[in-house]
Amino acid sequence: MEFRTVAELVELAETEGLSISEVMIRKEMETSQKSREEIFGLMEENLSTMEKAIEKGLNEEIRSQSGLSGGDARKIRQHMKKAKVLLSGAEVLEAVSRSMSVSEVNASMGTIVATPTAGACGILPGCVFTAAERLNSDRETMVRALFVSGAIGYCIANNAFISGAAGGCQAEVGSATAMSAAAVVEMAGGPPSQSAEAVAIALKNMLGLVCDPVAGLVEAPCVKRNAMGGAIAMVAADMAMAGVKSVIPTDEVIEAMFRIGRDMPPRLKETALGGLAATPTGRSLERKIFGNLEE
Amino acid sequence: MKYRSVFDIIGPVMIGPSSSHTAGAARIGRAARSLFGRKPRRVTVTLYGSFAKTYRGHGTDIAIVGGILNFDTDDERIVHSLEIAREEGVEVTFVESEEVPEHPNTARLHLEDEEGEIEVVGISVGGGKMELVELNGFELRLSGNAPALLVTHVDRYGAVAKVAGVLANHRINIGYMQVSRKERGSEALMIIETDQAVSDSLRKELSELTDITGVTIL
Repeated sequence: MEFRTVAELVELAETEGLSISEVMIRKEMETSQKSREEIFGLMEENLSTMEKAIEKGLNEEIRSQSGLSGGDARKIRQHMKKAKVLLSGAEVLEAVSRSMSVSEVNASMGTIVATPTAGACGILPGCVFTAAERLNSDRETMVRALFVSGAIGYCIANNAFISGAAGGCQAEVGSATAMSAAAVVEMAGGPPSQSAEAVAIALKNMLGLVCDPVAGLVEAPCVKRNAMGGAIAMVAADMAMAGVKSVIPTDEVIEAMFRIGRDMPPRLKETALGGLAATPTGRSLERKIFGNLEE
Repeated sequence: MKYRSVFDIIGPVMIGPSSSHTAGAARIGRAARSLFGRKPRRVTVTLYGSFAKTYRGHGTDIAIVGGILNFDTDDERIVHSLEIAREEGVEVTFVESEEVPEHPNTARLHLEDEEGEIEVVGISVGGGKMELVELNGFELRLSGNAPALLVTHVDRYGAVAKVAGVLANHRINIGYMQVSRKERGSEALMIIETDQAVSDSLRKELSELTDITGVTIL
């Protein structure tokens, strides 16, 4: 089971008559020399950690040390209960609030699973747990969804990058969004080719996104970008399952992301020197936060 | 391939907020601790690039010290590592370097006590993965994913063959190997990643070979 690109992954799945998750599980068994049960068990632990993080962010008062983030996931949940009309729809907001919840827990130095990074850790749990609720999925389907997203992330990481410092937010939240879109497509019964289309559609809408965290903290705008990543992933999955196809093939979108990331100046790659971090408000927050920390 | 396992992508389970600046940093610290082999008395951490610019916000300093205290990425004690280090008598100094590094997330760790010292340079490559790129002046490339043997030896013919021979006798397969030296005939370093774990008795056996000056298991 060897694949390097998303096209190779889809071809392998189709010729062997396997799902993407099954290809990834078999490949992992070969690389790690571990049993299927052991590998599945490890991934199940990741799923449980994600679930706990979602619950924590939705049920507890979360506040980061800097005070820049926390409590917004709960705000959305309360709005969903009270509002007469939800403009974007309950499912989208379920994914958004769960994605935010995990991202807020991360910012407060809580325990999360990096998917693929901590900065983008909200999106995959947000989408998988929302899709599972919608589809009445069992635990196995949810664990498999993590393998699907892992397979896509594996292709992106080895052909481009997955961290904001290396390629901007498009590499980090962008990759997580693409991985999540592919995962929920398989959960909903879509074939490997539709997972691949969902990757392309999701990632395209993240191209060029810079990494410009205020004060260098994984909070503003990261928490809200996780939220919107959750929304984009769910919509991209629906679009792919409707038969919408990306004009540019998935691997070329990934390559474009790589080239854009290389062209991005360092001040827009997690150095807190440009973008939102360099706005007057961003700068004044930075002074305030680090002034307080030094005391 | 930089990333080999699905758990490089989905994982690690970690204390936030940043996989590269917190989890990867903790792993660099822990690798340095493991190479040093014991708790150091004094640590100097030099941060470069994005590490130097944003370490306070990401808890990079806290994470590296947590790693040096031998905490894993998901160990909640990381949050309090600076206090714990102080209580345990580990003196820590941070230096922010202006130097532009090859990789944006680079840290140089100097660990010492009365008995010795080591200097390690690590890079955090993303998603919580890290690589050690320098050890005591030797260039290397070590991910810490597979069991690894670090053997310092006199740069002389036969040293590599002797070590490989002992490993073969114990049916240990070499997955990756690298030999590096400062100059011809001086001190050299072998990095051997193995498919099977290396026991402490085997480490002793290797360290008793002629021309071998030190053996560490990572």
